[in-house]
Amino acid sequence: MNSTPAVDIKGITKRFGDVVAVDNIDLEIADGEFFAMLGPSGCGKTTTLRMIAGLDFPTTGSLKIFGEEVGTLPPNKRPVNTVFQNYALFPHLNVIDNVAFGLRMQGVAKAGARKQAVEMIELVHLGGLENRKASQMSGGQQQRVALARALVNHPKVLLLDEPLGALDLKLRQEMQGELKRLQKELGISFVFVTHDQEEALTMSDRIAVMDEGKLLQVAKPEEIYERPANRFVADFIGQTNLLDGTVEDASTVCLANGARVRAKSSFPVGEKVAVSLRPERAQIAQRDDAVDGGSAVDGVVESVTYLGNARVYGIKLDWMDLEVREENRPGATLHEPGSQVTIAWDSEAVSVVAG
Amino acid sequence: MSSAVTPRGWTKFGLHLNGWLVYLFFYAPIVLLVIFSFSASRNVGTWGGWTFEWYGEFAGTQNARNALEASLKIAIISTVISVVLGTMAALALERFTFRGKQVFDGLLYLPIIIPDVTMAVMMLLFFAEFFDVINAVFGIQMRKGFNSIVLSHIAFNISFVSVVVRARLAGMDTKLEEAALDLYATRWKAFRYVTFPQIVPGIAGGALLAITLSLDDVVITQFVAGPGWTTLPVYVFGLIRKGVTPLINAISVVMLVGSMSLVALSLVAERVRGGEHG
Ligand SMILES: Nc1ncnc2c1ncn2[C@@H]1O[C@H](COP(=O)(O)OP(=O)(O)O)[C@@H](O)[C@H]1O
Ligand SMILES: [Mg+2]
Repeated sequence: MNSTPAVDIKGITKRFGDVVAVDNIDLEIADGEFFAMLGPSGCGKTTTLRMIAGLDFPTTGSLKIFGEEVGTLPPNKRPVNTVFQNYALFPHLNVIDNVAFGLRMQGVAKAGARKQAVEMIELVHLGGLENRKASQMSGGQQQRVALARALVNHPKVLLLDEPLGALDLKLRQEMQGELKRLQKELGISFVFVTHDQEEALTMSDRIAVMDEGKLLQVAKPEEIYERPANRFVADFIGQTNLLDGTVEDASTVCLANGARVRAKSSFPVGEKVAVSLRPERAQIAQRDDAVDGGSAVDGVVESVTYLGNARVYGIKLDWMDLEVREENRPGATLHEPGSQVTIAWDSEAVSVVAG
Repeated sequence: MSSAVTPRGWTKFGLHLNGWLVYLFFYAPIVLLVIFSFSASRNVGTWGGWTFEWYGEFAGTQNARNALEASLKIAIISTVISVVLGTMAALALERFTFRGKQVFDGLLYLPIIIPDVTMAVMMLLFFAEFFDVINAVFGIQMRKGFNSIVLSHIAFNISFVSVVVRARLAGMDTKLEEAALDLYATRWKAFRYVTFPQIVPGIAGGALLAITLSLDDVVITQFVAGPGWTTLPVYVFGLIRKGVTPLINAISVVMLVGSMSLVALSLVAERVRGGEHG
């Protein structure tokens, strides 16, 4: 791995008229990293990617690729390639000419370009389809052509804008594996835009979570999940219950109903916070069964949703609703709607975020 | 059309009858024209037996031949120039933002809306002034004739070409051009290898429209032609005043065959491209 970051973004803002699409972000993406940009639709992921590609220029800020300032360099002068959201394959060209396009534009002779294109087409498992038109291929195949068309140029960074968004679940899972394999094999950075948090968690080395043009957290998947930087991240990544409260001391939070629960945080005393409790981290016990350690609140089972591998209970507390998920193990206790229960959790199982 | 209901009974009969009437209305005059162009009688409305005399006369009349030649020359030159300018205008309007774009956009389509006669009078006036100025400035002698006809045909054809090309451009994904840039194409190469192949059908359609409109035009051409220059339709128009003979029928059939060949050509071209796309 190279110590110079593959992509180095400093204080970049992008405005479209009055819209601030990207708001003063700092970001370093290491060489060889599988980096995901995650956030709801319209949060500025595509714009960030397009600025790295050179398809949009930052309003202010500095953008370096392997140490070289590329802020306003046109896309054809950057060592990066893009897999576009809906592939953007050239409809008038067949697969091999689509894939050879970049090499031809760089002045590689036709025979050589085609030879490399064929190799790349094999690498993405499309051997034999060289002469098909893009319109004659399935979504998954078009996706592979788009990949080959970008990778054949040996980019130093590959940018992918929601590459799997248009595929059905089965194909998406297959392509997730494929992308990981390709990235490992080639050893280059992949910057991967998605609005699917599960996809980001399973595939990436690191994740950047964005909302409304701002970068909220950049961290490894575990850290994003275990220690979300704020309420938005906690809520956006996976499912969670947010219990509002105020900090009482470094290891206690006083919830909205007055109950004290154990939760470590570094917020000042009196700060309004929320305790993030993942549905799978809480346990349901019969009311009055002894709960040792940790914290507990009382509630009533309101609904049960059967998921096959698990059950999700809707629990009504005095002041809010919770979701608790229990794995469908043999011998798991069923809780009927209406049961008086106690919801308990280990103090290590929760995180505290700014409220 | 799989969702369409299949009509039955009287509805079906009525629809079919309507269809046949429409066809009759469209094509009966054409069939009559073609048949009577072979009529040996000097009187247009009466049948006098088969003959090729009128086609012979067309070929043998110097003025008619000159008019045909002029028509073709004017059509080809004005089409080539208006296709280039119209395509450029379409690209400018679809792909770039610039000062006064809205105004330009609106003005570009004026020739489509303005009635032919108004356009013709405008052109006439314009050339009356324009040639005086040019002649005064450059000390040359430019007169109404070939130049003025070509210029006015270009003037209205640009609009039609740019409408057709723009429709095609608007239907094209701008991501394709960005993809080309991302794949190391310069702006020119992105146009040459991606945009242009995509809009070729639009350009071809615009060219056909332009050539047809130019070959067809009577009103504007008549106003700006001046002495010595006449196109085929203007020539035919002149003949009518002298009295209609089947020569007119013959010339009309020639023009008809010409236009239909152009349309057929465009259909074949479209079919070939369509085949490529699969
Ligand atoms: N070319 C543009 N002109 C105006 N606004 C734009 C343009 N591109 C993006 N935006 C706006 O910038 C914001 C971020 O867009 P985008 O980066 O596409 O979001 P994402 O990819 O996360 O869905 C949105 O509010 C969008 O409407
Ligand atoms: Mg997007």
